[in-house]
Amino acid sequence: MFEQADAVLLARIQFAFTVSFHFIFPAFSIGLASYLAVLEALWLKTGRDVYLGLFKYWLKIFALAFGMGVVSGIVMSYQFGTNWSVFSDKAGPVIGPLMAYEVMTAFFLEAGFLGVMLFGMNRVGRGLHFAATLAVAVGTFISAFWILSANSWMQTPAGFSINEVGQFVPESWLEIIFNPSFPYRLVHTVLAAYLTTALVVGAVGAWHLLRDRANEGARVMFSMAMGLVMVAAPIQIFAGDMHGLNTLEHQPAKVMAMEGHFQSHPDGAPLILFGIPDQERATVDYEISIPKASSLILKHDLNAPLDGLETVDRADWPYVPIVFWSFRIMVGLGFLMLALGGFGLLARLRGNLHQSRPLHRFALLMGPAGFVAVIAGWVTTEVGRQPFTVYGLLRTAQSASPLDAPAVAASLLAFILVYFIVFGAGTIYILKLMAKPPQITGPAGDMEDDAQPPVRAAGITPASSVSTGRAIGGQHGTHEGGPRR
Amino acid sequence: MTGFFDLPTIWAFVIAFAVFAYVVMDGFDLGLGILFPGFKPGPERSRVMNTVAPVWDGNETWLVLGGGGLMAAFPLAYAIVLPALYAPIIAMLLGLIFRGVAFEFRWRDPRHRRTWDIAFTAGSIVATFAQGVTLGALLQGIAVEGRAYAGGWWDWLTPFSLLVGASLVIGYALLGATWLIMKTDGVLQLKCYTLARNLGIVTLICMATVSAATPFLSGAYYEAWFAWPRVLFTAQVPLLVLICTVVFFIGLRRGWEFMPFLMALAFFTLGLIGLGVSIFPHVVPQAVTIWQAAAPDDSLIFMLVGAVVLIPIILAYTGYAYWVFRGKTGHEGYH
Ligand code: HDD
Ligand code: HEM
Ligand code: HEM
Repeated sequence: MFEQADAVLLARIQFAFTVSFHFIFPAFSIGLASYLAVLEALWLKTGRDVYLGLFKYWLKIFALAFGMGVVSGIVMSYQFGTNWSVFSDKAGPVIGPLMAYEVMTAFFLEAGFLGVMLFGMNRVGRGLHFAATLAVAVGTFISAFWILSANSWMQTPAGFSINEVGQFVPESWLEIIFNPSFPYRLVHTVLAAYLTTALVVGAVGAWHLLRDRANEGARVMFSMAMGLVMVAAPIQIFAGDMHGLNTLEHQPAKVMAMEGHFQSHPDGAPLILFGIPDQERATVDYEISIPKASSLILKHDLNAPLDGLETVDRADWPYVPIVFWSFRIMVGLGFLMLALGGFGLLARLRGNLHQSRPLHRFALLMGPAGFVAVIAGWVTTEVGRQPFTVYGLLRTAQSASPLDAPAVAASLLAFILVYFIVFGAGTIYILKLMAKPPQITGPAGDMEDDAQPPVRAAGITPASSVSTGRAIGGQHGTHEGGPRR
Repeated sequence: MTGFFDLPTIWAFVIAFAVFAYVVMDGFDLGLGILFPGFKPGPERSRVMNTVAPVWDGNETWLVLGGGGLMAAFPLAYAIVLPALYAPIIAMLLGLIFRGVAFEFRWRDPRHRRTWDIAFTAGSIVATFAQGVTLGALLQGIAVEGRAYAGGWWDWLTPFSLLVGASLVIGYALLGATWLIMKTDGVLQLKCYTLARNLGIVTLICMATVSAATPFLSGAYYEAWFAWPRVLFTAQVPLLVLICTVVFFIGLRRGWEFMPFLMALAFFTLGLIGLGVSIFPHVVPQAVTIWQAAAPDDSLIFMLVGAVVLIPIILAYTGYAYWVFRGKTGHEGYH
């Protein structure tokens, strides 16, 4: 079947597949890095064992997620050249420097201090170790800053001109970096990462509370996670709404696709809650909608006119069904997150946050919701800007490398195979770590890593269990500089 | 030719530096992977891996800087080279995935530790071999038409590129062995002395073969090496290799711990200088010069400001990370 498909389509599938897989890990590691920094800060401040226990618990998981983020990210940085060489040639002078800054300000920082964070507690002491944890957390944020700036520039290009060979060349770096959609995308994506992490932490807490309500670690992590969801979910919905207004201004066709508006509505557009968009016939079948509500949301006026896709050249339409559905999935999950935050608040006020089984079951179910919402959000963003890579200026079809379809098909198959095997195994390992209850007992031996007793006995500390099991306030109570338990 | 120290030239050196940093640092990581089956499962393997576990990620980041920097500073070269070398580059990326996750996975899944150890080795070998093939294919030249690659997707495959691929596998293994001499002691270290001697011999033979073949790939390379009076300068390169070779073997015989690694680094440094002599001022050998491929000055200046400030800082904290984990790895673990 691959023989018929053309190279550009295959390259798109390959890019979408690899980047979606990649983003699953940052969505988790951006939030988790900050969570670890908070836990370590709380431990340093209060000296309570429970924070150290949780820190060690999540550090193991972080090491796995981060490692997978790194290897899948390296693939991304070369995909621009292998699969989108014309795009790289043309847009390289503008987005290349942004990515170079990402490497110089973020990737080195994360990678350089990750080793100290994982293995270094007893070598550098508490203060410096905390600095390393902070460096990693800040690094993940800086990384999001630059890559989202690059992506936003492709969505809403600004501050450039076009030279005689057709390259985009920089005119104003400030306008390029802080292009119109960037602030919205940065806020929305970083919040999304925090929400995703909070939901995972909350689900793990809930899982252990369902088994043992007295587990102190589970109680603390559940409470922290529910607190964050309660605060972040409403802000995220608000931020998403602002983002939508910004998109309406700069990429109206994308919003038309999200809303399913093929036709224009001169006196108030309906909000379509459900329906089946048909791209060919340009209609939405079985539509259930609230009259005029879309105009209310997008224009803050019931009767404001809204244009539909019929006003856009058909060659410039995005593929509506995907955008329409992915948007609804994201928004639906956003409201479920809001509901979870609300229940959490209620339970907290009633004093049964750690007892309420329905709440714990709900939180458990919502564990993966962040990942789904995040991918759905990116699909909305990226499919919605088609058929362009640089919006309005460079078409996707004209961005691709001069490759034969079989070459791309072969590499796509290889990526699919390898990603499912490798990241599938990684996911299982993460779930296995999560299935172990967090133990916050006495000073020593708490986080015994059953993986390696013999190696340990020989005095050699295994790489990643050092990270977690021992190095940090582990058994050797007397090491200089290390934490005293 | 434009002035010597203009922006594209400076950027050519920055990217050459990133590639150099990558090759010497990730080189010994990958080398450990290549040598891994030679170590006994259990404590010995764990110890070998622990010598690089805290630093490998930082080492690999130089590859991202090399690739990202190429896209930013010489977008045209990036756009031509990557499609031309599609298969080896994808193979390298897949190889790096396997070896990268093995660092964590082998501890998480004792029952399948052997499997992840094999993944570690296979990933390292594939990635290294692919890097060598990439280099070889670049040297032998790629077909360019207008602003794009114009060849097929198997053009990279020649005896010469395979030779360079195999040579790099041997060379990285040498780096790995000499690294272990520094970081270990006892029986393991003795084993590494022997390994280093044998690998050193083969590496030098490979270097000689590749060097001898290169000038005959194209007249331009021949000129770059043997034209008068350049030859006065270029002749220093093989001369230095000779001196380093002598020091390398003396060091091994006397049981010096640092010198073999330093000399292995010197072999790579000289090899890269040799490459520079052959290629400069092209960025796509024989086809596109750095001036033709360079991004506009605005892009180059913007990045240079960052690079001048940030690269020294990066080197400083990378050095700090190595310093934190200095000394022999093993008996006291990382406590
Ligand atoms: C909003 C955040 C975000 C987004 C949209 C992306 N990434 Fe990413 N990336 C990160 C956030 C991140 C991170 C948080 O910094 C990671 C994740 C886990 C990690 O180790 O660092 C990372 C790792 C990572 C690495 C490995 C860094 C290293 O060696 O340490 C590379 C090369 C890339 N990414 C490249 C890309 C490219 C080319 C992308 C676009 C197509 C991309 N990332 C999307
Ligand atoms: C990590 C989050 C991201 C996700 C999940 C994502 C998802 C996607 C998806 C699903 C497509 C395919 C759209 C289609 O073919 O119809 C796509 C296309 C594309 N994306 Fe993104 N994207 C992300 C981030 C980025 C970033 C940060 C950049 C650039 C710096 C980028 C650049 C591109 C390009 C060049 C394409 C065009 C190729 C194509 O149309 O398939 N993406 N992305
Ligand atoms: C319920 C209210 C929400 C609304 C109204 C909303 C709105 C939007 C809009 C309009 C876009 C596309 C912007 C564009 O391409 O120009 C978007 C993208 C996105 N959404 Fe949401 N969103 C909501 C909830 C969420 C939630 C709960 C998450 C994840 C936890 C999330 C994650 C994302 C991501 C990762 C993107 C892609 C990056 C970006 O363009 O910002 N969203 N959202």
